Amino acid sequence: MAETHSLQDLRHQAAVIAKVFIQRDYTNGTLCQFQTKFPSELETKIDKQQFEETVRTLNNLYAEAEKLGSQSYVEGCLACLTAYTIFLCMETHYEKVLKKIAKYIQEQNDKVYAPRGLLLTDPLERGLRVIEITIFEDRSLTQ
Amino acid sequence: MKNCEYQQIDPRALSVSPLSAQIHTEKKEQRPRRKWEVFPGKNRFFCDGRLILSRHSGVLPLTLGLIVVTCGLFFAFDCPFLVKHLTVFIPVIGGALFVFVVISLLRTSFTDPGILPRATLDEAADLERQIDSSGSSTYRPPPRTKEILINQQMVKLKYCFTCKMFRPPRTSHCSLCDNCVERFDHHCPWVGNCVGKRNYRFFYSFIISLSFLTSFIFGCVIAHITLRSQAGKSLVQAIQESPASVVELVICFFSIWSILGLSGFHTYLVASNLTTNEDIKGSWSGKRGAEESGNPYSYNNIITNCCVTLCGPLPPSLIDRRGFVPPDEVVPAASTASQMELPHFSTKNDVNMCTQSTKDVLERMINSGSQTLCSPGPPKTTPLVQGLPSTAALSPEPPPSAGCSGPLGRRPTDSRCPLFSRSSEKESLHSINPAFRLASPSPSVTRTAKTLGGAADVSFMPLQPGSVGDEAP
Repeated sequence: MAETHSLQDLRHQAAVIAKVFIQRDYTNGTLCQFQTKFPSELETKIDKQQFEETVRTLNNLYAEAEKLGSQSYVEGCLACLTAYTIFLCMETHYEKVLKKIAKYIQEQNDKVYAPRGLLLTDPLERGLRVIEITIFEDRSLTQ
Repeated sequence: MKNCEYQQIDPRALSVSPLSAQIHTEKKEQRPRRKWEVFPGKNRFFCDGRLILSRHSGVLPLTLGLIVVTCGLFFAFDCPFLVKHLTVFIPVIGGALFVFVVISLLRTSFTDPGILPRATLDEAADLERQIDSSGSSTYRPPPRTKEILINQQMVKLKYCFTCKMFRPPRTSHCSLCDNCVERFDHHCPWVGNCVGKRNYRFFYSFIISLSFLTSFIFGCVIAHITLRSQAGKSLVQAIQESPASVVELVICFFSIWSILGLSGFHTYLVASNLTTNEDIKGSWSGKRGAEESGNPYSYNNIITNCCVTLCGPLPPSLIDRRGFVPPDEVVPAASTASQMELPHFSTKNDVNMCTQSTKDVLERMINSGSQTLCSPGPPKTTPLVQGLPSTAALSPEPPPSAGCSGPLGRRPTDSRCPLFSRSSEKESLHSINPAFRLASPSPSVTRTAKTLGGAADVSFMPLQPGSVGDEAP
């Protein structure tokens, strides 16, 4: 369809109009959380509910990665006992959740953001500082 | 040596212009480089980016040497006697401790301490634009601090001029490594690296195991000499028979005081969820007598604090050392820069981003007595190319970058200097102060002057060679 963009098209052909950055939310300390405030630049592009749901899910996933539970303690103690050499062969819980996050972002891009001419960048690529949302020019109007 | 020359912005490289589509066809062919090769901080990388060390590796070889030599002497001269007279477990325990100490030390030294990658140009521009609330389309550097509420307590976030971002809480910029490090503890010359969020537990296990090792060796050597002198010989004779023991005794004696003291101090820090940096600065010590200024990060429970600090989840490295630099991304050392919007946005960026480079230039100026000037230049230059994407108009650029150029060569910190030019070197060489080539001044002149004046307070520490960076850790 003319008005839906595939992710490939967006990345290679469309021109970037602007970039919106969702900053970190430090009210709960140093945990990785992002602000859920809806940026004004996206008002015409996407539903506020949709956006907030995406950010909230990401926040929950990051909270899960940094959760202090028995699993993380066991992992930590085991690592200490093996002089941390265990990390050479085993993937940490944090890394597993980061993979989950990457998959979620990919899925959101394919289903929700790319059809609207937007692209979410994984915060990991930006050092967990921001969620970068790139706004692409709407080709469907020009075609 | 990389040369940060005064360079124009390539309009074809702008990520948000109608011409951006053409960029992809005009990219230079270059072999894909890994991100560690273009890393802007002062670090050294080994094994193709797998291992990271500070460029100021301090006395790491000495630390390793001392440990290896002392243990070597112990195993060679003391153990045979002690195995015969005491138990075979002595070298076993000693060996296990030695292995643990060395592994912890190497892990501390070669692990990324939690370095935060620098903000991209787009982010930095966005940050400046956000903060400007007057509604005009001018840019200025953000205020130095931003106050936020963490667990009902006011915490100040500082803006890092080098990394172009507001530092997350507990993050500090290490001037030796020129990086912002998360949960920055201190830069340890003995391990040759910063100690931060990701390697604090390794550092702690290193000093604890080293305390045990030195105490163990000390005890064993004392036992050895005592046993020898008990067998009817005098102390002097015993020492003459085993001179290596004296060497070990001396080394251990002097190390024990400092290592045990350090271990005790860090145990206190771990139990109260503090960093050395915070403790030294007295951030939460209630120095003003205010009851509210407690540590907002502490769980108020020693066991929880210990568990969190030492056994909590280990976040992965954010700098992605072994990733490949994307061909269309801004590679600071490359010749094109992707700017967010129109060229004049980048101008302001340049002013801010080049405070570091300006400082370098000023340092060299003072040292070399050169006539090149930066400071008076900027006020006239900032505005420069107002919204003209055409290549011709892009020649004048802010002097800070111009200052970087010309005869003054640059260290790898030119990676921070986002001004890139397509013009020849000839132009950069004599555009020492492009301000004078500007057609028209801009109203933002004074603001830029203030900017640079303000920036000067931050990044222009009294020109000491080598002490690069915003502030001391």
